[in-house]
Amino acid sequence: MPETVAAASWQRRMMLAVLLTPALLWLFALIILPHIDLALLSLRERIAPRTYVASLTQYRTFFAEPLYWGVFVRTAILSALATALTLLVAFPVAWIIAKVARGRASSLLFVLCLIPFWVSETVRALGWLILLRESGVLPTLLVRLGITAVPVELLYHNATILVGLIYTSLLFMVVPLVSSLESLDNSLIEAAYNLGGSGPSILRQIVIPHAAPGITSGCIVVFMLTLGNYLTPNLLGGKNSQWFTELIYTQFIVRFNWEQGAAFGFLLLALSTGMVALGLRISGQRFVDVMRRA
Amino acid sequence: MSTPDLSVEQLDKRFADHVAVDRLSFAVERGSFFSILGPSGCGKTTLLRMIAGFTVPDSGDIRIGDRSMRAVAPNRRPVNMVFQHLALFPMMSVGENVGFGLARRGVAKAERARRAAAMLERVGLGGAAHKRVDELSGGQRQRVAIARSLVLEPTLLLLDEPLGALDLKLREHMKIELKQLQAAFGTTFVYITHDQSEALVLSDHVAVMNHGRFEQIGTPQQLYYEPATPFVAGFVGANNRIAGRALGVDAELVELVTPQGWKVRARRSGSIAAGEQVAAFVRPEVASIEREAGQLPPHMTRHAGEVQSLLFDGANSAVLIVEQQTRFEFRVALPQTGRLADLTPGAAVFFGFDPQRAICFSAPDGAGGGHA
Repeated sequence: MPETVAAASWQRRMMLAVLLTPALLWLFALIILPHIDLALLSLRERIAPRTYVASLTQYRTFFAEPLYWGVFVRTAILSALATALTLLVAFPVAWIIAKVARGRASSLLFVLCLIPFWVSETVRALGWLILLRESGVLPTLLVRLGITAVPVELLYHNATILVGLIYTSLLFMVVPLVSSLESLDNSLIEAAYNLGGSGPSILRQIVIPHAAPGITSGCIVVFMLTLGNYLTPNLLGGKNSQWFTELIYTQFIVRFNWEQGAAFGFLLLALSTGMVALGLRISGQRFVDVMRRA
Repeated sequence: MSTPDLSVEQLDKRFADHVAVDRLSFAVERGSFFSILGPSGCGKTTLLRMIAGFTVPDSGDIRIGDRSMRAVAPNRRPVNMVFQHLALFPMMSVGENVGFGLARRGVAKAERARRAAAMLERVGLGGAAHKRVDELSGGQRQRVAIARSLVLEPTLLLLDEPLGALDLKLREHMKIELKQLQAAFGTTFVYITHDQSEALVLSDHVAVMNHGRFEQIGTPQQLYYEPATPFVAGFVGANNRIAGRALGVDAELVELVTPQGWKVRARRSGSIAAGEQVAAFVRPEVASIEREAGQLPPHMTRHAGEVQSLLFDGANSAVLIVEQQTRFEFRVALPQTGRLADLTPGAAVFFGFDPQRAICFSAPDGAGGGHA
């Protein structure tokens, strides 16, 4: 009955198409379409009111202006640093949740990581302001304890921005790490001990290679979120936080220079793509495998 | 006898709700294959983990090669272990797996590769060093796991039911291979299993473990022919268990009656008084079955029965018979000649056994389990 078989396979294909349509529509309408428009915007120059010509001026301006690429590099370095520090903070947390805590304790710890995310990011960042501003909780405490003579301003430092970014990103690192550590068979660790392994050698040779896809996917997600974060660097870093997303915001909203803003947007996209590719290359992972584990 | 490679003294381990290992003492001779056989939950895994150092005993001592292991960390013990699911490192090649322990001892890379390759050669996996673990078959992985341990020349190799995950055919094959490897290396093996056939085939000595204690330690033959307790009789090999009350006891034999009124006789083991609760064990191959009562050998007891079912299993074929009066189920091995292969369920038969080859224990609380 070839007709029936053909009909069945056609039906299956239609079904797949129907199921995929919302995702494809979303991808097209919200990602691809605006990016095509932005790409065109970034590649033109206004020479007179309502008169535009194709040009690379927007990109040229970026490289010609030290402030622009200085902020760009600074954002990249601080984001990479924040990602690395998030990994260092999240790994022990994930290890305890996946391997040390049992049953209810493990779920409870996981929920504790999640709870801050019930509060909006804005409110969380404002919480840091209350804690860290000159007249805030922590500087006052430092004076009371006699550690500093006068209240110190703890806001508007690079370290403050990093603390805020790590706090915001922690969950996105913990989740893939927990899932990759949970899949590590305990008997592998015991076998390594049994064969004479020590804590650091087992971490290096057994645990990290096993968790590598989880580590990589956590790092990719955290790096992208950090790089594209606007609120936390802006609130904790103040006027001089010099985060690249702020430059984009300024061009679009303050300067009303959409062409320049679009070019900055593409440069940021290129940066995150390049850094992720570099990270994958260094860790020897494949993107598809990593995303499957995330 | 030389100094034992492993001696355990008064070892005790309790968990919140039960006793895992109950004041256990034993020694394992150098170069021997020692098995610990018991049902799941008998404490054998806990015992093995204490020897390896993963679990800390509550009290008692473990001595390996005459050194107390009380304060020795698991990665410093002269003991290696083959894990139940082997626990080969999937992120490393076969050669790196075998070289892992050597690397931890600071052996240089070239020397490590040479020794790993030589060890793989000895277990019949020459040239497999560069392969990935998942390219190997079940039996080959088994050999890598053993090679990975033996390359460190441990005093003692612990094996935690390593054949459990293999299919039957491969298991039979690996049994023979394990025994040959042990003979070739001369390392002392301590093997835990719940599979009595593995224990009997492989071991020089077997300890039967139950509720954290050893019921009996002996050669496979001793366990099979002279079980010391009802548990051993019921656990090792197939056995018909006939529980009842002792009617009469003489120097050698006990006559017992089941609650349904079936009377049988069996050799006495230990002291038994008339009126006591007892359990007799008769192996299927000790009993005979005939169509006519007169065909049974004269020294055997005679009972009339009816065939309930035929359990054909090649050389292990048996007939399940119910005793005529009391409907007691009794298992008899079929003669190898195929003489009675045409029996059908419902056929009237006679069966019997030599009371001297049946064994009777005092079993006050019905101890000893059922058919094994």
